[in-house]
Amino acid sequence: MIMNIQKFSFTYASATEPSLKNINLPIEKNKITALIGPSGCGKSTLLRAMNRIHDLYPGNTYDGKILLQNKAGSMEDILEIKKENQFIELRQKVGMIFQKPTPFPMSIFDNVAYGLKIAGVKDKAKLAQKVEEALKGSALWNEVKDRLNESAMGLSGGQQQRLCIARAVAVKPDLLLFDEPTSALDPISTGAIEELLVELKKDISIAIVTHNMQQASRISDYTAFMYLGDLVEFDKTETIFLNPSQKQTEDYITGRFG
Amino acid sequence: MRLLINRFVLGLSTLSALIGLAFLGWILITLFVKGISSFHFNLFLTDLINGGLRNLIVGQLILAAIASVIGIPLGMVAGIYIREYGRGKYAELIRNLSDIMVSAPSIVIGAFVYAIIVVPTGGTSGFAGSIALAIMMIPIVINTTDSMLSLVPKELREAGIALGASKYKVIVDIVIKSAKVGIMTGVLLAFARIVGETAPLLFTSETSNYFSLDLTSSFPSLTVSIYDLANEPEKASRDLAWAASFILTVMVLIINLTGRFITRNKG
Ligand SMILES: Nc1ncnc2c1ncn2[C@@H]1O[C@H](COP(=O)(O)OP(=O)(O)O)[C@@H](O)[C@H]1O
Ligand SMILES: [Mg+2]
Repeated sequence: MIMNIQKFSFTYASATEPSLKNINLPIEKNKITALIGPSGCGKSTLLRAMNRIHDLYPGNTYDGKILLQNKAGSMEDILEIKKENQFIELRQKVGMIFQKPTPFPMSIFDNVAYGLKIAGVKDKAKLAQKVEEALKGSALWNEVKDRLNESAMGLSGGQQQRLCIARAVAVKPDLLLFDEPTSALDPISTGAIEELLVELKKDISIAIVTHNMQQASRISDYTAFMYLGDLVEFDKTETIFLNPSQKQTEDYITGRFG
Repeated sequence: MRLLINRFVLGLSTLSALIGLAFLGWILITLFVKGISSFHFNLFLTDLINGGLRNLIVGQLILAAIASVIGIPLGMVAGIYIREYGRGKYAELIRNLSDIMVSAPSIVIGAFVYAIIVVPTGGTSGFAGSIALAIMMIPIVINTTDSMLSLVPKELREAGIALGASKYKVIVDIVIKSAKVGIMTGVLLAFARIVGETAPLLFTSETSNYFSLDLTSSFPSLTVSIYDLANEPEKASRDLAWAASFILTVMVLIINLTGRFITRNKG
């Protein structure tokens, strides 16, 4: 287990009702965990708690524990983090990829090198080697190796998304969070990214929000079904899709609502 | 009935647009006809005291340039502050203040600088003129910076933070870079806006017939001299005023077009 979410509740600054209620969810090592559920049920809110990106916006309140495995192998609560350098460390351990590709306005090389430089890698040769590794690992190297110094804005949507994955992979995170990473992409780019995720899980644990149930069943090992801020059911993906124990889960899976 | 109203309103708006354009065309045509007929390249080579415009053009550009050196950094820093760091009251106050200042009549700014600089220092100066122009420029730059930064998607900031970058680093490396072209264009348009101003200079820098680089005394200004020349009885002076207006218009036009050109090519 790379992460263990315990009794986690979350209320947005502007909201009166909690968006997440008493969530318990383990994220297993080197597995893909999918979060599914109807729009507005809290999938993104939960995912965004896992690297505390919520902290960008003041006034949210939360409760519970989000335990992350540290180098020594024991679990530490990321909700206790207060210091700037601990946040940097957390974000290097837990990366994030968004729905819309977010290339930075700089060259392809500099995009991938960005996180590495923050992590303190200064040596040019080492940077170049790590950038190449990350691009190869994200199945983008062959398409961009001749134009590493061109702007990343010139890549196609699917390439931009793989670049963002390369950028996140470059710092060798333990856990990668994906929030509907293919919903803005065409089927071919989507297929490429799904293959990539399955490849990546050899080294990295993955949590992915998707509203595409085929996608969840195709690539994930575990699935959590959420509804109105509750985690209704969590199990092996097979079980959730073939033999769910909750009526709500079954209704959602079979398309009776959502 | 609704169709009729639609047509009527459409007709009315077209008509008013045409009237507006007609007047603009009239002004420009008069300006170009009178301006070109009085224009001569020697105007660039001699100073006003010898019937040329050289000192005035150089003076006007210096005043605007000094105003930019003061106004652009201040405006950008304030704009970045209210968009990226400002929370609550202070940011809102600066934003409102800057909105009001954008629409403040420029003569009021001239009067203000007259009161706080010209009177205490005992006379008009190029320095006072530059300050007046800078005060005009700051709110324009604040507003452009603010609105250009607001166009940067929040996901881009989050992506930077998610890689471990500090908020400051995200702003410097990513946000400002994304908004760079927009901010540059805005700054250029702000420059175009102040370079042709008369009122803020009228009783701050005044103008001078001689070439001068001395910011502590009255400073040559194209716009103020146009105002003076146009009020003189001799035809020669008024012709010179036309030529000066023509040159000023072409200058502002070029700056504006450059700004639009940049936006179109990298916007
Ligand atoms: N920034 C926010 N402020 C207040 N409420 C929010 C905010 N973001 C999301 N919510 C609310 O929280 C709930 C969960 O949203 P979200 O996690 O985005 O759902 P999902 O990703 O499953 O579609 C929704 O009711 C949504 O309206
Ligand atoms: Mg969502």
